[in-house]
Amino acid sequence: MLGQSISKNSLLLAAFALATAGTLALTNLGTKDRIAAAERAAQQRALFEIIPLPSHDNDLLNDVIPVPQSAQELLNVGSEASIYRARRNGEITALIVPARAPDGYSGDIDMIVGVNRDGSVAGVRIIRHKETPGLGDKIDLKKHQWILSFDGKSLQVPFVEEWKVKKDGGVFDQFAGATITPRAVVGQVKRVLEFVAANQQALFNDPLLTPTEQSSTKQSSTKQSSDTGKDHE
Amino acid sequence: MSNDVDYKEITHKGLWGNNAALVQLLGLCPLLAVSSTVVNALGLGLATLIVLVISNSVVSLIRRQVSDAVRLPAFVMIIASAVTCTELLMKAFTYELYLILGIFIPLIVTNCAVLGRADAFASKNKLLPAAVDGFMMGLGFMLVLIAVGAVRELLGTGHLFADMHLIFGETARSWQLNVFGASFPNVIFALLPPGAFIVVGFLIAGKNVIDAKLKARADAVKAQTTKGSKRVRTTGSVA
Repeated sequence: MLGQSISKNSLLLAAFALATAGTLALTNLGTKDRIAAAERAAQQRALFEIIPLPSHDNDLLNDVIPVPQSAQELLNVGSEASIYRARRNGEITALIVPARAPDGYSGDIDMIVGVNRDGSVAGVRIIRHKETPGLGDKIDLKKHQWILSFDGKSLQVPFVEEWKVKKDGGVFDQFAGATITPRAVVGQVKRVLEFVAANQQALFNDPLLTPTEQSSTKQSSTKQSSDTGKDHE
Repeated sequence: MSNDVDYKEITHKGLWGNNAALVQLLGLCPLLAVSSTVVNALGLGLATLIVLVISNSVVSLIRRQVSDAVRLPAFVMIIASAVTCTELLMKAFTYELYLILGIFIPLIVTNCAVLGRADAFASKNKLLPAAVDGFMMGLGFMLVLIAVGAVRELLGTGHLFADMHLIFGETARSWQLNVFGASFPNVIFALLPPGAFIVVGFLIAGKNVIDAKLKARADAVKAQTTKGSKRVRTTGSVA
């Protein structure tokens, strides 16, 4: 009697599980391509903001190299993070380097930093943060223009010692009521510049690719980018 | 259940009398967490509404097949798949909003209002009433979310309806209303979690005041009609 009801109920639940799993599979199939496109578009938007289309002529999203193992600790990113390379006529003109500031007011601040060939900042964007609304969240371009104050700066102008917020004797503004957040961002952008400066040769002097090589790289890099796409979820 | 379902009653209960957020106090976690702007509130409200309608409808359809012993796991499975489908759809069509709402979309599964309606109403009613109940409960929840979001956005940033293009497309970018102007000292407190609690508290208090007023008026009307009917009877007996 009991066994009968148990088997009946478990069969019922199994049928349910099958039906719901089927529904999910169908929805997933139907939306998969659109989701991938949306993810790509969002990624691209952030990259294009830093390095607008006219200044590069390659497929930015697919021209990626992994962050070197030695730099993962400095940039505070995992092995899945990649550096995007903007090219013009085959020559690398700028890099977009991912980084994570570990010392925000409430946790990690994820950002991407664009670095030009001459070592100056092409642009910085905050990708993800949990800073206090109204105080620390001014690092987000949606809330405040502050993040644009990095544009054009390098380790030479201003001097390295001045890569601090004003309160610490540097050149970057802090916000009223929030010093920790901008301090964390300034520090991490500086570390990115130092990483690029130390690896200038390796990062920028990628041999000019011939057309055939380029197409083969493209295939392998497409695979890489689909991997990063997964990480983005 | 009788055949004549009172849809007016269902509507009133969902939107006001038994409101998920203000009376049952269910689903407070997402309510407090994502109601910092109108667009976030609307996004989560819509997602919850869709899930409620789907889960209530499906539960009502299978109510005769599922035995009492396994009804809760079955309901949870239905709700979970409805939520996951909604999540996939949001990811496909409103990707940036999905990024903002983040974990709170999958967490709709744990919103007690959804399981509550499935068990308390949908499992005992026909398809149409169950769907209407889900819709009205979801709408009631969404309206409260939007109200909280509007108050917090207005106090915290001085404007309303910012970033509406995340849901309605590019034309909605211009919907932003700068109510207080640039000189408004933003009340940051309203954007922080304590601000959310206090706004919800005031909304609940406001609803209780209105309910008390309505009740007083209804009592007064009742008293009057009693008087009137007496007089009618008197004249009637005289004539």
